[in-house]
Amino acid sequence: MAEVIYDHVTKRFDSVVAVNDLTLEVKDGEFLVLVGPSGCGKTTALRCLAGLEEVTSGDILIGDRVVTHIPPKDRDIAMVFQNYALYPHMTVYDNMAFGLKLRKVPKQEIDRRVKEAAEILGIQELLNRKPRQLSGGQRQRVALGRAIVREPQVFLMDEPLSNLDAKLRVQTRGELIKLQRRLGVTTIYVTHDQVEAMTMGHRIAVMNQGVLQQLDTPENLYDRPANLFVATFIGSPAMNIFPVKVVSGDGAYRLIAGEVTLEVPPSHRSRLADYVGREVLLGIRPEDLEVAVSNEAQRGDTVRLPVELIEPLGAETLVHLRGPAGTLIAQGEPRIRLNPGDVVTVRVRTEHLHTFDPQTEAAIF
Amino acid sequence: MTTTPVRTIAPGMPLPLRQRIRLWIESEPVLAYLFMSPGWLILLLFMSYPFFLGIWISLTDRTVGLPTGEFVGLRNYRDLLRDGVFRLTVLNTFIYGFVTVPFKLLLGLLLALLLNQAFRLRNVLRAALLLPWIVPTALSSLAWLMLYDPVLSPFSWLLKDWGVVEGSIAFLGSRVNAIVSLCVANIWRGTPFFAVAILAGLQAVPHELHEAAAIEGANAIQRFFAVTLPVIRGIVVITTLFSIIWTFADFQLVYVLTKGGPANSTHIFGTFAWQEGIGGAGKLGMGAAVSLYMFPILAALSAILLRYVRSQET
Ligand SMILES: Nc1ncnc2c1ncn2[C@@H]1O[C@H](COP(=O)(O)OP(=O)(O)O)[C@@H](O)[C@H]1O
Ligand SMILES: [Mg+2]
Repeated sequence: MAEVIYDHVTKRFDSVVAVNDLTLEVKDGEFLVLVGPSGCGKTTALRCLAGLEEVTSGDILIGDRVVTHIPPKDRDIAMVFQNYALYPHMTVYDNMAFGLKLRKVPKQEIDRRVKEAAEILGIQELLNRKPRQLSGGQRQRVALGRAIVREPQVFLMDEPLSNLDAKLRVQTRGELIKLQRRLGVTTIYVTHDQVEAMTMGHRIAVMNQGVLQQLDTPENLYDRPANLFVATFIGSPAMNIFPVKVVSGDGAYRLIAGEVTLEVPPSHRSRLADYVGREVLLGIRPEDLEVAVSNEAQRGDTVRLPVELIEPLGAETLVHLRGPAGTLIAQGEPRIRLNPGDVVTVRVRTEHLHTFDPQTEAAIF
Repeated sequence: MTTTPVRTIAPGMPLPLRQRIRLWIESEPVLAYLFMSPGWLILLLFMSYPFFLGIWISLTDRTVGLPTGEFVGLRNYRDLLRDGVFRLTVLNTFIYGFVTVPFKLLLGLLLALLLNQAFRLRNVLRAALLLPWIVPTALSSLAWLMLYDPVLSPFSWLLKDWGVVEGSIAFLGSRVNAIVSLCVANIWRGTPFFAVAILAGLQAVPHELHEAAAIEGANAIQRFFAVTLPVIRGIVVITTLFSIIWTFADFQLVYVLTKGGPANSTHIFGTFAWQEGIGGAGKLGMGAAVSLYMFPILAALSAILLRYVRSQET
């Protein structure tokens, strides 16, 4: 087991900078998720670590060893590919044993490790089958098994669940977490799915256009996004964003957009001091907009908005409201009774507001 | 508009004739044969008819210029077995077929592996590779004839220049020389077919398999045997069988380069059949018999090929 360090790693393909000055430390035994939209450089970052791509500049360390120019086989890593990359003509057993045979591990030891991994993954009955005789979920397990038997320093996984159907994906997600906690092997897991990232990672590295945006725990990413990109990428439905004007008076700061006026909680005031009289971007998560079917008068934390659309999802209802600049989505009670056109009172949990600098898009609070 | 009146038909009651014919035609086995019939007809006309005519001629002493011949039974076949030139022809054909194919396979495989790498001018090279195969053999054989010229051969010139040989080499002058020269030309012509077929197979090898194997510790040679070969095995087998069949049935290359000479020592089935049947003696019956001796060999090879293809389908 080992820690992994990316030290100012850049990977360029001709004109495309796939990974841009990535500096990242993965702790020993940690489950780190690399997440970001498609094409943001996650796979490339992982392949650089595996040695499948030569970095353009920077260094990569596994344990205390600089592996930047070491071939893949000597990096002591195992990789699970998105399409599993099982050898089609080999049985499940041989697929798992292949790497060990190449490394001249004694036969009994190979047998022991393969059987043990098969038991952990519940695929003992499949050992004599060929990959084409397996379902997608079973193949995925074999691919995992092949990684486990190697007992490597680091597991690398590139969207290993994305070829499974939704239900199996959720189930396997849970099993994978348990497995990683049990084996305690440092794992770097690539996904474009923020739900996967939030549920699986000890920490999450959010990337966009080759640049690391934020590296943090799931809770912090959600509650304290470093910038507009992270704020809107993490969370579903996405955070509502609209421009507001910062106004001060009567010893209070207010955020104003059209009819909407919100009072900034005292704890956040100091951060806004430089922005008085200017526009900032306000972010409110849907669950921080509480829809109440009442006719209370407007206060510092309530706004009255017309309903555009209702989306009952069962456990919750998404209420689309006509905000000051486009639609605002609020997460309402499961069986809320509303109709398009109703004007409702919405209480904003102002202690959970986010604001962003309109130029740099960095978080103000 | 006429509508068939709806009638309930008691069991055992005969259907009207037209309806019975229609039912019969529309039953699946019958329909299948109906659909196949145009193909069968073409096969019958253009392949079976000449084939059976060939068998018939081989049983006569028919010659060029005469409309018919006498039925002579298996005399042509018997005479051929006693003919030293024919026996040499059989040997030559086997040498020609079985010696060239391993070389073509190996060279083709190497070329394919090379052309599957990423490098500049790859596409140009890929196109150039096909040249020997696209150029009509009759034409490329003429080029080889010049290369093998006893006086003007550039090979001789080069070797002389390097001091390897004293005088010019008689490439086609003795049986051994001629057969080696024929094989070399045949390998040159046949290698691109292997290369192209195998290259297509190589492109079907998923990239991740190589990467997975590389991470697990396999070097290039181990990856070739563990990942590449199993994927292209089917293509290699089929290409090899095809090539053997084609080489057995070759005619042009040998005809242009040696005409079976010197002294009838380099004939293969095709050229000997032509010489017996049309060229020298004009003994059509004999020529047909030569060709038909090839039939069981090609039939066996084709059977192996078809069986293999079918076994891959399931
Ligand atoms: N082999 C390559 N050659 C050229 N460009 C590449 C190559 N691999 C990736 N890229 C580019 O690098 C960027 C990042 O790709 P990738 O790492 O695959 O993104 P992700 O895995 O996050 O979807 C993309 O713009 C992609 O087009
Ligand atoms: Mg990717």
